[in-house]
Amino acid sequence: MSDLLRELVEDVVRHPLRSTLTALSVAWGTFMLVVLLGLGTGLQNSVRWQFRDDATNSIWIYDGETSLPYQGHRVGREVQFVEADIGRVESLPGVEHLTGRFYPPGRRALLKVGDRASAYGVRSVHPDHVYLENTLVVAGRFLNPLDLSDKRKVVVLGREVADFLFRGQRDEQVLGQWVDLAGTPFRVVGLFEDEGGDGEVSIVYIPITTARTVFRGGDRVHQIMFTVGDASVEEANQIASVVTRQVAQSHQIHPDDPTAFRVRNYLEQFQQLQGVFLMLELFTWVVGIGTVLAGVVGVGNIMLVSVQERTAEIGLRKALGATPGRIVAGVVREAVLLTAVAGYTGVVAGVAAVEAIRTWVPDNDYLRNPEPEVGVALVAMGLLVLAGAVAGFVPAWRAATVDPITALRDA
Amino acid sequence: MIEVRQLTKSYAVGDRQVPVLKGIDLDVDDGELVAFMGSSGSGKSTLLNVLGLLDRHDGGTYRLGGELVEGLTEARSAELRNRWIGFVFQSFHLLPFKTAAENVALPLTYRRMPRKERVQRALAGLERVGLADWADHLPNQLSGGQKQRVAIARALVTEPRLVLADEPTGALDSTTSLEIMDLLREVNEAGNTMVVVTHEPEIAERCDRTIRLRDGLIERDP
Repeated sequence: MSDLLRELVEDVVRHPLRSTLTALSVAWGTFMLVVLLGLGTGLQNSVRWQFRDDATNSIWIYDGETSLPYQGHRVGREVQFVEADIGRVESLPGVEHLTGRFYPPGRRALLKVGDRASAYGVRSVHPDHVYLENTLVVAGRFLNPLDLSDKRKVVVLGREVADFLFRGQRDEQVLGQWVDLAGTPFRVVGLFEDEGGDGEVSIVYIPITTARTVFRGGDRVHQIMFTVGDASVEEANQIASVVTRQVAQSHQIHPDDPTAFRVRNYLEQFQQLQGVFLMLELFTWVVGIGTVLAGVVGVGNIMLVSVQERTAEIGLRKALGATPGRIVAGVVREAVLLTAVAGYTGVVAGVAAVEAIRTWVPDNDYLRNPEPEVGVALVAMGLLVLAGAVAGFVPAWRAATVDPITALRDA
Repeated sequence: MIEVRQLTKSYAVGDRQVPVLKGIDLDVDDGELVAFMGSSGSGKSTLLNVLGLLDRHDGGTYRLGGELVEGLTEARSAELRNRWIGFVFQSFHLLPFKTAAENVALPLTYRRMPRKERVQRALAGLERVGLADWADHLPNQLSGGQKQRVAIARALVTEPRLVLADEPTGALDSTTSLEIMDLLREVNEAGNTMVVVTHEPEIAERCDRTIRLRDGLIERDP
């Protein structure tokens, strides 16, 4: 075995530049494959990350301005959702969890406990809101229907808010305490965390009814949000259109008015992204395998040249007793060795590069936690060895058919 | 050792079959030193190739060491060549990237012989041809005569019963040629049957028997 290896290494080392360049093309191929796949995963992770705190089957509807005249109403009318719209939508088929949102002016309010004060985002919502953002209640409870009907002055604090206002206190101690919210005392009934990052836990939730009273909002709703269960994209779009038509009718808006509502269908967006990811992955594989293939063809080419150059040597070896099988095995082994070593080097370099990116490039909107897919890389390696064998086959066959008489003819 | 009867061989040239050997009858006994002479195209090299199992004959019979040579696979003839036959070529055919000792040991690698034993045998072979001190030299560091000595050591390292030399002195000056021929004689006297193809009368003179070929037939076999 060590003999074989010696021969192989000798053969490769005899033409260091040529071998290196060939090896480089294969290594580049696997390197690119691993890096592209790693970055692809990073991109996917980052997008999933941005989605992960929201229900991916949710539909958000914002109000806008009309652009079609309808029943004598002029164009450019400002649409304003009201509480009654929530009731109208609630009973529609396909609507699972439903909530409205009402924002106080500026969407923020000053929260104060003793001498600690800071402005935080305020979301005034219905109880079902808990399902729309993946809100994790870690102490106490979320808002409930009684809070709304009684217009209770209760608040659910985000982790950041609680940590700031009640510094050093345990979660249980915070519950039941009073917070001054825009001048009105609210009682803390719950604490929550959210996977959406710091921004999502620097806010507080209060009952939408209480908010409208405190901030003089009448029966205004700024935004309607609901989930659609496990509906498909088409079904979700269908449900959304039923909802908007229902609302349109009660507001005397043209049912096909394109600007009266802005509809954001997360399910559709998510599915589109999934499709994009799939294409991206496919693309990566095509590019990666193409690059690797180019390298493999290079190996085959080099082996062919090498066999051509060594015709006399092969002829001599045959005369001295090397069987055709042995000659074939020698060439194929050399091709496999070259591709395997080069491919492996590329994989290792690729994994290292992805790890380096993971370590040194901070997570951002386009890249989060890029993962080198070692399993995939290993599969690629296996294919590469196979490809090496295939690349070596034509040259090997050429070598095996060398006629020792012709090869050794003294010219 | 060699028993050839009505041996024929032709080559396809275009769509024509050109006969090269037209019915050779030949016996070479164990321990003989035979020279083949003849002008180019006489068929002497083809005959040597057939005898050396590098080429196949079309008709007639060839017995090597009593065994009928017929319908051998390439693998089988490679094995037989390795076991029975040593080759010496006009232009030596040493591998330039291997040392003298490695070149000598080359045929043994096709026998799955342990490396240590191969090296031992190669060194002994080099000593036999007077090149013990040159074992680690590459071919391009050796003179023509030394190269041919290495090649002879390589031919002998498998202890073949038959040594075939195709113009072994063709690339050497006359003094060196005679030295090489003396070495081949020595080898022959040690018991190896030997066939030498040559066109030099001085070389043929040093063989026991000279067979002349002409147009694919044996013209004279004293």
